[in-house]
Amino acid sequence: MQHTFIEILRRALDEELARDPAVHLLGEDVAAGGAFGVTRGLADKHGAARVRNTPISEAAITGLATGAALCGLKPVLEIMFIDFATLSMDCLVNQTAKYRYMSGGQLAVPLVVRTQAGAAGGAAAQHSQSLEAWFIHVPGLIVVAPSTPGEAYGLLKSAIRLGEPVLFIEHKRLYTMKGELVPGVDLPSIGRARIARPGTDVTVIAYSAMVQTALEAAQSLADAGISAEVIDLRTLLPLDMATITASVSKTHRALVAHEAVLNGGAGAEIAARIGAELFDELDAPVLRVGCGFAPIPFAPELERALLPGSADLVRAARELMNLAG
Amino acid sequence: MYAALWRIRLFEGQVQRLAAAGEIPGFPHLSTGQEAVAVGVCTQLEREDVLFTSHRGHGHVLAKGSDMEATFAEILGRQTGLCGGRGGSMHLVDAANGVLGATGVVAGNLSLAAGAAWAAQAQGRENISVAFFGDGATGAGAFHETLNLAALWRLPVLFVCENNGYAEFTSREEHSNVKHVSSFAAPYGIATQTIDGNDLPTVIAAAREAIATLRRGAGPYLLECMTFRMAGHYVGDSQQYRSKEELAEIRDKCPIERLKRHLMERGVKAEELDAIGERAKVEVLRAVERARAAPRPDPATVLDHVYRAPALAAIRG
Repeated sequence: MQHTFIEILRRALDEELARDPAVHLLGEDVAAGGAFGVTRGLADKHGAARVRNTPISEAAITGLATGAALCGLKPVLEIMFIDFATLSMDCLVNQTAKYRYMSGGQLAVPLVVRTQAGAAGGAAAQHSQSLEAWFIHVPGLIVVAPSTPGEAYGLLKSAIRLGEPVLFIEHKRLYTMKGELVPGVDLPSIGRARIARPGTDVTVIAYSAMVQTALEAAQSLADAGISAEVIDLRTLLPLDMATITASVSKTHRALVAHEAVLNGGAGAEIAARIGAELFDELDAPVLRVGCGFAPIPFAPELERALLPGSADLVRAARELMNLAG
Repeated sequence: MYAALWRIRLFEGQVQRLAAAGEIPGFPHLSTGQEAVAVGVCTQLEREDVLFTSHRGHGHVLAKGSDMEATFAEILGRQTGLCGGRGGSMHLVDAANGVLGATGVVAGNLSLAAGAAWAAQAQGRENISVAFFGDGATGAGAFHETLNLAALWRLPVLFVCENNGYAEFTSREEHSNVKHVSSFAAPYGIATQTIDGNDLPTVIAAAREAIATLRRGAGPYLLECMTFRMAGHYVGDSQQYRSKEELAEIRDKCPIERLKRHLMERGVKAEELDAIGERAKVEVLRAVERARAAPRPDPATVLDHVYRAPALAAIRG
């Protein structure tokens, strides 16, 4: 049975609401289903007290969810677009992330902030960004970015049960993607990457929707006789260096791909880490593929021109092979 | 109650002394002169009620009943401090006693307090939540967002504004066109009162009324306490922006002097009150000396408590 990404997120939330009375959903329009329909029907099923609409007050609702998490609830807060998380930043950065540490371990913030990011055609400059790099800079946060419906199901459930503040980034382009739900599978551990496609010549490290792009690129590369291994990071913070190390030690070439702008992006951190820790393994410099350094434009032609696609990954992978001689 | 005021006054005096001597790291903010608000409100709370204070929060923590020595040790950055030296003056937490934190970002604690109130409401507990803030916080959007949300959800949260007339170094006349913070309550449908925050009996009576309203489930309450900051914004602030006349008037309005006059008018002898002050002095000095003698934190533990141990303790980011 195939389900869309949205249906699978809804199912994960539904099951966690049923499983644990401390779980509560809140956010703008969530009782009505949310802007993308992820929470549709959950207020009817679990009650208006547990699935609550909020005013358009990102600063206050992020604090509200954090304060409630300190006092026994396990809130799942929806920030409609990651672009709006700019308004949540004081709380997320100064309070939520630091509570456990500043209190010397007396308090924890079991909070999941679900948000969606990325460009998907015409959402323009303030509804299309990939801002994950800002959050991986903050000690105390966990940052998760699933790449498929099936991954999203397990990762969301794991995130809700983790007991730490988690930013859960969904890519709007994946919302209509269909996938299987395999019953009885163990929930994934937060902080573990997975091999989305095994290969031997070059490692492509990606997350979120870029994993799909990387898989397309890997297919094209295979047709040209290049075997690419695709790592789906699943979690950006913490970063699973063990999986990256095992792969790069095998392929000796690494390419990091994300939709966010390259400048100061997650790829810079990953590339630096590979360079420092795996220098002797590398046959070529670590390459990065990402978005051009401009706001996401409105016109489809312009948006396409800016965003990285599978052809960019193929080009970079070929360059790595050539550089390797 | 008289002792409680003195405990805070003398505690802050010791903070000032040791900060000026370079023994306390950072820049502590003193609540000297605002003791009656802390004592009047916090003594009316149950242990299970929670509070979120601001950067000027030592008095609230002491008045809520946290251990004086552990509180001072935290301000000194010691291992035996409330937070093991990770929080400091601006981030005191004593969870078991309902002190759920202090924020150094003005207005950042209001929504947290509303969230704690939501948790109590959702779990059917009768506890209330208190947010202490200064009049400077009313300039922040988070203040208005939180008032609206708390009123909308009828949350049992008590917003206590310590209106000391200053947002850091800028007087209220210069930072807001609204004279009284309580004026912001009406549009949101929040019960409110502006009181003389330097008169302890007045604060106690108002806090009781507000807390009773909250426990009835009638929604949030905004209590504006007019008070005076006897010290500067932080230790070392030369207060060039305040006139000599203003500073002289502040001393006349001292909440301790006023309670003393109030009690003496009711027949309490000056010697009895002086003895209470002396006992508080002995207690504070002892707590301070013990805190100063406490061990410093082990640098090897610096990465502990970023995440839960041991599952995520090895996270390097």
